[in-house]
Amino acid sequence: MGFFFQELVNGVTTGALYALIALGFSMVYGVLKLLNFAHGDLYMVGAYIGFFVIQFFGGAAHVNIPVPLLLVIMFVLAAGLVGGLGVAIERFAYRPLRDAPRIAPLITAIGISFFLENSALLLFGAQYRIYNTSEFISFSSGIQIGSVSIDSVQIMVVVLGAALMLGLRLLVNRTRLGKQMRAVAADREAAEMLGINVDFTIAATFFLGSALAGVAGVMAGLLFNQVTNTIGFIAGLKAFTAAVVGGIGSLPGAMLGGLLIGIAESFVTGYISSTFTNLIVFGLLIVVMLVRPSGLLGRAQLQKV
Amino acid sequence: MSIDSQGPQVGADEWVARQAHRREYLPSWLGQVERATERIGWWPRLAVAALAGAALPSLGLGGFQLQVGIDAMVIALLAVGLNIVVGWAGLLDLGYIAFFGFGAYGFALLSSAQFTSTGIHLPAYLSVPIVMIAAAIVGLGVGLPSRRLIGDYLAIVTLFFGEAFVEFTNNVAPSKLGGPNGIVGIDPIKAFGWQLTSNFGYYYLLVIVLVVTMAVLRLVETSRTGRAWRAVREDPLAAASMTIPVNRVKLAAFAGGAVVAALAGTIYAAQQASVFPTDFDTPILILIYAGLILGGAGSIAGAALGALVVMIIYDGLLRSPTDAGFLFYGLVLLTLLAKLRPWRRLGAVLAATVAFGFVAHAIAGAISARVVAGAPQSGGWIADALRDWVIVPANPQTPGNWGFVVLVCLLIALVQVSSQWRTILLVPAIYLASFVWETRLVVEPSITRQLMIGAILIVMMNARPQGLLGQRRVEALT
Repeated sequence: MGFFFQELVNGVTTGALYALIALGFSMVYGVLKLLNFAHGDLYMVGAYIGFFVIQFFGGAAHVNIPVPLLLVIMFVLAAGLVGGLGVAIERFAYRPLRDAPRIAPLITAIGISFFLENSALLLFGAQYRIYNTSEFISFSSGIQIGSVSIDSVQIMVVVLGAALMLGLRLLVNRTRLGKQMRAVAADREAAEMLGINVDFTIAATFFLGSALAGVAGVMAGLLFNQVTNTIGFIAGLKAFTAAVVGGIGSLPGAMLGGLLIGIAESFVTGYISSTFTNLIVFGLLIVVMLVRPSGLLGRAQLQKV
Repeated sequence: MSIDSQGPQVGADEWVARQAHRREYLPSWLGQVERATERIGWWPRLAVAALAGAALPSLGLGGFQLQVGIDAMVIALLAVGLNIVVGWAGLLDLGYIAFFGFGAYGFALLSSAQFTSTGIHLPAYLSVPIVMIAAAIVGLGVGLPSRRLIGDYLAIVTLFFGEAFVEFTNNVAPSKLGGPNGIVGIDPIKAFGWQLTSNFGYYYLLVIVLVVTMAVLRLVETSRTGRAWRAVREDPLAAASMTIPVNRVKLAAFAGGAVVAALAGTIYAAQQASVFPTDFDTPILILIYAGLILGGAGSIAGAALGALVVMIIYDGLLRSPTDAGFLFYGLVLLTLLAKLRPWRRLGAVLAATVAFGFVAHAIAGAISARVVAGAPQSGGWIADALRDWVIVPANPQTPGNWGFVVLVCLLIALVQVSSQWRTILLVPAIYLASFVWETRLVVEPSITRQLMIGAILIVMMNARPQGLLGQRRVEALT
């Protein structure tokens, strides 16, 4: 039974990560009806930013500022820069295509994903960059319940992830900006007629979504310890899966989907074999899409004519 | 179509499209070339292209160039097939590459020693049709979701199908599929007593297959099915109300695309004599898309031409620093020539760029000799010409990287600012592009070509979504 709970803990941790990426993905889909294929690569950029912050403050072994401060700087810088990058991409590549045929922004998104991935290769090289988390955060300072050990990084990821999700939920449901976002998602033209600044709302959505991806990137760096330019693609795919399983455009759905995918992946790796993890996760997605295309929490949409 | 004084009423969209197209003609001589080629019919153009393709090897194309030609034609064949699904039927199929892999793996299994123990080792004239038919059936299976899923959802499911194919070949049944080591020792194509062993043979086979495929697809395009595809693309509901069986038409598009991809796969497997899972991964898919988008989705000739151009640049020109240099500076000049009006402005920008470079080089050299100690990395006379113009530091990697970041920011800014500022910003942008090219891009051709593919997709979709040869589409107002 200990093994089961250990796998569950690991699954919830990666699930929180996927959920954060999926949230941004789902938000962007909500307002623009665009599958942002570049979203996974924003996560990769966030992971690199975290790495270079560690390097800037003396490297993992000789961090010359307090560790909590270092973590705060990592997360804030990653969120800010990646958020800005997301806004720049929207402004440059997606805004001119807002009224183009649906296929055009999708193909642009694929191009941007490819461009970002290879820009990172050009700038940072193909080698893995190692975070060496254990040098400045002691893993053993976590909790031990029976045979199940939860290390401190896992706790931090889950707590921070939950806090961000809660914050986002409050923002979307309670604030003026959230109301504008929901209005734009429901009907862009009508929202514009009611005096909502649609361009600003979409840019804000991109900022928030991309910032979440940046934070998730730093978390992944701390958790998995290594960064390279291709991590974005597969993480992006998993996040798509999560968003789609939960019901695309639905924020609670994205969280649920992320957790489900994380746990499923962890159990498949633990009980069956790690070689089939991706195959089974992709298979799961195809089945969900065919049986319930609107996802677990999504509402079936009527096609407007 | 005649246009009366009251303006168009029936078929207004087509009129708008034609007007837009007329205005979209590239200016000056480029537009004249475009118009001249349009006056010749489709079939004569195909015949001329086929003859040109067949004549190329006798002009002394050998070894490496021949291999580039073969790869380019395989990708062109794939792009022509993808055009059925994406260009005509308007279904975004991101798992298309899996059919290419299916064809290659199918041929590899049937026509190699892999299954000899069970008595299956078929000659090519049997295995190629078998693989194509099987691919059509798989295509129907993959197309089934298109009955329920529209647009983005279909894109995701097909993307996962493509990923699942790579995972499958990598992990399942390693004794038969070979895992990451793939399958080696595949038979060459052998038919009617001829055996293709040299690259010359495959080159001509591909010329023939490509031309025949294009001809067949041209007939399909103008047939009932072709019109049905385009009708479904424009508006499935209207098509259904015109009694077009929408679902069957979509499935036919998937199956048609799959057959062409599988055909390309068999030839690819036979020519390479080996298949590996990584040959059928997402980067190749994006390459095919780049070709299709560059040439123009919806046009057979556009798909083939775009893929050929992309592949020749990707595989051929970028490998040699000299060719790459010509390509880069040629493209910059051509873009300026085509886009910058009037001539005064063009002349001013060019003169300012040249002056800017020499001044910047002189100032940088006066401050520190190390800053200009490096040499331009492009080969040939371009490097000599640029020696006193472009700044190349002794240790170019880090400055080149920063230059790349600044260049991307500058290009994004260029699109946003007003036209006056754009002209002014253009000068440092060109100079910076040249700096980044000489310090970083030309020394990393394998990354540069991937960046180029990404950039093609982004720029074409924003600047000229109909591609070089496609027809501009006008969305009906809803």
